[in-house]
Amino acid sequence: MDLFFNLTLNGLATGMLIFLLAAGLTLIFGLMDVLNFAHGGLFAWGAYSGLWVYSQTGSFLIGIAGAILTGFLLGIITEKWIIKPVYGNHVQQILITLGLMLVLSEMLKVVWGPNQLTANPPDYLVGAWEVGDVIIIKYRVFIIFVGLLIFGGVQYLLKKTKIGLVVRAGVMNKEMVQALGINIQKVFMFVFMIGSGMAALGGVLLGPYSGVIHAGMGMEFAILAFIVVVIGGMGNFKGSILAAILVGLSGSFMAYYVPDLSLAVNMLLMAVVLLVRPQGLFGAKG
Amino acid sequence: MTALIETKDLTITFGGHTAVDSVTITVPEKKFKSIIGPNGAGKTTFFNLLSGQLSPTKGSIYYRGKDITRLSPTKRTREGIGRSFQITNVFPNLTVLENVRLAVQSQAGVRYQMLFHYKKYHDFEEKALEWLKLVLLDDKKDSLASNLAHGEKRKLEIAMLLALETELLLLDEPTAGMSLEEVPAILEVIKRIKEQGNRTIILIEHKMDMILDLSDSVMVLFNGRLLADGTPEEIMKNETVQSAYLGGVYE
Repeated sequence: MDLFFNLTLNGLATGMLIFLLAAGLTLIFGLMDVLNFAHGGLFAWGAYSGLWVYSQTGSFLIGIAGAILTGFLLGIITEKWIIKPVYGNHVQQILITLGLMLVLSEMLKVVWGPNQLTANPPDYLVGAWEVGDVIIIKYRVFIIFVGLLIFGGVQYLLKKTKIGLVVRAGVMNKEMVQALGINIQKVFMFVFMIGSGMAALGGVLLGPYSGVIHAGMGMEFAILAFIVVVIGGMGNFKGSILAAILVGLSGSFMAYYVPDLSLAVNMLLMAVVLLVRPQGLFGAKG
Repeated sequence: MTALIETKDLTITFGGHTAVDSVTITVPEKKFKSIIGPNGAGKTTFFNLLSGQLSPTKGSIYYRGKDITRLSPTKRTREGIGRSFQITNVFPNLTVLENVRLAVQSQAGVRYQMLFHYKKYHDFEEKALEWLKLVLLDDKKDSLASNLAHGEKRKLEIAMLLALETELLLLDEPTAGMSLEEVPAILEVIKRIKEQGNRTIILIEHKMDMILDLSDSVMVLFNGRLLADGTPEEIMKNETVQSAYLGGVYE
């Protein structure tokens, strides 16, 4: 029971981190038709910049805010100068975003050095609660809480605001949104900014969770996020959280019971989904 | 009577084929004009030129006296030209009301302060509901657009077009692909729009009784050229039109 609970909690926490990365990815793909391979770079930048702000100010929350702000800023710059010139051209998009990914990780090494950095949670999130024989690690609960909060917030944004309706419609058919006289370019930038901010938030939360951060962490998580985007259905926001939890849980349980299969299982999951339901588990057909 | 939209020698050539050939017309404000012609006569191409989906090879288009020949479709919508397509165009996974609300808010200037306008949200919904009532679709407001019958989708599309509040409506075969039972409902909707009296409408249709009933004037396209342009009565009597298109059916 104790073990099952811990593995579940662990899987949920990892799932939330993947969700934060995948949510932006899926919205950006759905709306703008852009596969952003640099998304993991924003995740890593969130981790480093957040940790730096945390160490300077001593406040973890300000560190988180710093990471999100960094994400916003990098997102705006990326959209404006890197992505915008290559809209509609997939080959160029792949090349330039992959290139950007490399530049972003190397820049991390330039600023903070090539060695991995240790990250610890703030005092109030260290330790665990004991409920009977079950041990609940505080920081994991914190991650799950933040993940759900962000999910709720974005869900509200999509369902209850003017721009949310434009985004949802744009994912379905952006030519028609333009035909209605809406300037979708501004919506693109907004979505890119939000997506990048979420990625950076995921990064800064991962630090104290895994204990160390390194420049390659973005790439590792980006692979999982891409798997989640495929499983959840491209452009499907709700699908992305469900698929992320699925991938998080399967990773957590497999890592314990069949460690050799822990990465392969996700690839396998994706392959099966692609074979059986190419539009993703939660994606609409066509 | 001022002209709302005019074309001068409007021509478009694809390769060696001239789809629209030196068409010059004038549509006055608040009038109802129909375009008829056999398949491949260039009717939809002519619409594409008016709405900006295509750029003419030669000739020009004036809207309220302003040359709009080189404006993008989005800019033309803002000038006041709204169009429907032959293939229904709605957002399948939004509700009927959301579809129209999107059009309402884009008309209201979604370009500014998109995020923090929650107070206006209800106004938008009410406005959207009004348009749905006009097209007799308000009872379906909470259905997903994908669950509508073909005729209802058409109505929804028309509601969205109306919500843009453009002065000029370009309706491309609103009854295309419809079952016979659905046609009268669409006809009713178009009549209601006409009776509101504040719009200029250009309609492409094949159903002659509908055209005769609604139109102030009719233009006939044949092989891209303007064969005739006049009142419905004049067109019916026109011998060239009869032999070329009507085939004597309406004698």
